[in-house]
Amino acid sequence: MDFNYNEEQQMLFDSVDRFGQQRFSQDKRRQALAGDIALNQKHWHEMAELGWLMIAIPEEAGGLGGSMADVMAITEAMGKNLVHYPFVATSILAPALLCDGSDAANVVLDKIGSGEAKVAAAFLEANSGYDLYRVGTTASSQDGAYVLSGEKCHVEDGGDADWYLVSARTGGSDDEVEGISLFLVPKDAPGLTVERFRSIDGHRHARLRFDQLRGAQRIGEADVALPVIERGVAKGIGAHLAEAIGSMEEVSRVTLEHLKTREQFGRPIGSFQVLQHRIVDMKIACEEARSIGSFANVHVGDENSSAAQRIAAAKVRVSECGIYVGKQAVQLHGGLGFSDELIVSHHFKRLYGLSVAYGSIDHHRKRYAE
Amino acid sequence: MELNFEAADIAFRDEVRDFFAGSIPEDWRTRVRAGLRLNPEELIHYQKMLAERGWGAPTWPVEYGGTGWSPVQQYIFWSEAARADAPAQFHQGLELIGPIIFTYGTPEQKDKYLPRIISADDWWCQGYSEPGAGSDLAALKTTAIKDGDHYVLNGQKMWTSYAHVASHVFVLARSSQEEKRQRGISLLLLDMESPGITVRKIPTMDEKYHTNDMFLDNVRVPVENLIGEEGRGWEYGKVLLDRERMVTASVAIFLKQTISAIRSAAARRVIGNVPLIEQPGFRGKLAQFEIEVMALQTMVLRLMADAANGAESGSRGSMVKLRWSQLTQEGTALWVEALGPEAMHFEAMEGEAAGLPSLPADMPYAMQGALYARVTSIYGGSSEIQHDIIARRAFGL
Repeated sequence: MDFNYNEEQQMLFDSVDRFGQQRFSQDKRRQALAGDIALNQKHWHEMAELGWLMIAIPEEAGGLGGSMADVMAITEAMGKNLVHYPFVATSILAPALLCDGSDAANVVLDKIGSGEAKVAAAFLEANSGYDLYRVGTTASSQDGAYVLSGEKCHVEDGGDADWYLVSARTGGSDDEVEGISLFLVPKDAPGLTVERFRSIDGHRHARLRFDQLRGAQRIGEADVALPVIERGVAKGIGAHLAEAIGSMEEVSRVTLEHLKTREQFGRPIGSFQVLQHRIVDMKIACEEARSIGSFANVHVGDENSSAAQRIAAAKVRVSECGIYVGKQAVQLHGGLGFSDELIVSHHFKRLYGLSVAYGSIDHHRKRYAE
Repeated sequence: MELNFEAADIAFRDEVRDFFAGSIPEDWRTRVRAGLRLNPEELIHYQKMLAERGWGAPTWPVEYGGTGWSPVQQYIFWSEAARADAPAQFHQGLELIGPIIFTYGTPEQKDKYLPRIISADDWWCQGYSEPGAGSDLAALKTTAIKDGDHYVLNGQKMWTSYAHVASHVFVLARSSQEEKRQRGISLLLLDMESPGITVRKIPTMDEKYHTNDMFLDNVRVPVENLIGEEGRGWEYGKVLLDRERMVTASVAIFLKQTISAIRSAAARRVIGNVPLIEQPGFRGKLAQFEIEVMALQTMVLRLMADAANGAESGSRGSMVKLRWSQLTQEGTALWVEALGPEAMHFEAMEGEAAGLPSLPADMPYAMQGALYARVTSIYGGSSEIQHDIIARRAFGL
């Protein structure tokens, strides 16, 4: 048993970390966050050239076929440096969904790997909560083509997507597990309205409306897409866990540095016991998160219920620990922690965003209990 | 023990309720519920509205233009304001420097400044914190050197909230170097138009413009703008800090607004066929929050009763500040949670061909309120400092 990255994974982590440090240093990060399209595009292509975008694409589909530990090495380094690009949505979740071996899927996988296309998964609806089986959007078959109608209220990282992978009902009632199918829809399809939103952490999400959209491409078998969707989301969550761990450890490191250097009442504030205990609790939260996050990731996406339960448990605990660490990092920095200038508040906001991405703490606690 | 309002109090409550009925514009209400301050021009409008009714200074004595209300009446007034989703009055003039002026000021200072605070013709901000003097305020380095009939001020202030809209600032500065750091600090009143004052925005994580760096470069202040005696500003300043905690007590009453915001968001959001507010998990959390708010409000009521009876409140002001900041953080986070994934839709991106993008109801204020709430356990004496104060005052530790 070994919780550490192997040598290759460590090299992968180091390489992503270097990329982050060089391109997301304080001032450059601001430019990237401001939505400089050319700059964002340039970064994305660099990530493609380094092979990261195809890490989770199977070898038979032209990818690297990496393990979840490989994925963790990448997303942890991204979390450490707050790389805010839709890597998890595009390169982890989407490939897990595009697994039917069809030409349509393989074309998109190729473009994901080469950095030519971004993909986001559209599951959540106004009345669905975070439950993936509650699907009211319909796909009816007319003249041999599917016609999509309905709305998706929140598409994680859907703001810059070129394609959407959409859950829609080909059978059953709104909350049945059977009767759900998966469709591939290009962003400019007639009948699709996309509204885009900037989040607090620099990620860009979307809301979709399908108004009699004709010609959506079905991916995989009809009616039985739910298990594929759930396993895919589990992988997305697994990648996010490592991102949270990277962010938590980095913001804790920055906070420790502050405690050692900031002086009040004639001594470093780190000499006050109440703050020592706080930073210790932050450290414990990081340890907890890394342990349960790695444990859950080893079997993520397996077709058994204990794998699903583990990822739900890890999602709950890592989210709680992440929020705790983010809040305390702000608190221990005082007014500076609340400022936009220090990286601290940016970590807090990302950890907040991560805690609700692909399901809130309450949602996953409920899933664990089920 | 008598915990009911008297008949006269009930009559007063009805009078206040009538005043507030329909008086608060709809577009203020969501922001007020999020615990966000309204824009300066809106707060000025609100202050003028109260002043016209004679209620501009609810905590001041009648002789200085205040209402002379009893603490119970003040409590009723704030409760009714909260009930109507009215904002808290901007406090830096009204609750911080105003009382210092009428306690320690000269007759000229009282005449010059007090009426204009009530009428909102002047807007005051507080020049206390510095880059090296936050929790440890006595470490402040800004100097005030006497030069004839002026003080000349030099230094940098930080976290000077609303300096960008204020007409005046009250500043703590060192007028002499003494062995004990708390000595030799003077409290001075400055016109923001004085040459040598530069204000620079500090961007904050909630993306709202609150606060600033303020640079003082040979700013000349007439000696008649000194409050009380030279070198004794720390004592007056400490009165201000106590007062700031009392202000929190009044703000605590406004947590009821957060409860209504959470309730309405949770009633709107349906999962499956069941509104969130009817789901046991969420219901339990909301009930817990409401209970804790109720406990805090009874603490506030007790603080008011002590004040009415002329009793010392000891460290209860600090306790209320601590609990209020915790609850405002928990409440706004619960509101964000009630809104679901769309709460992350902070700002609609422009340039959509398909018409204007629409933000969900409550956004971005719920999220902005949740982010802003993080600073409530930092400003006005951080939670860590409040614990120290309570340990010292309550237990002599």
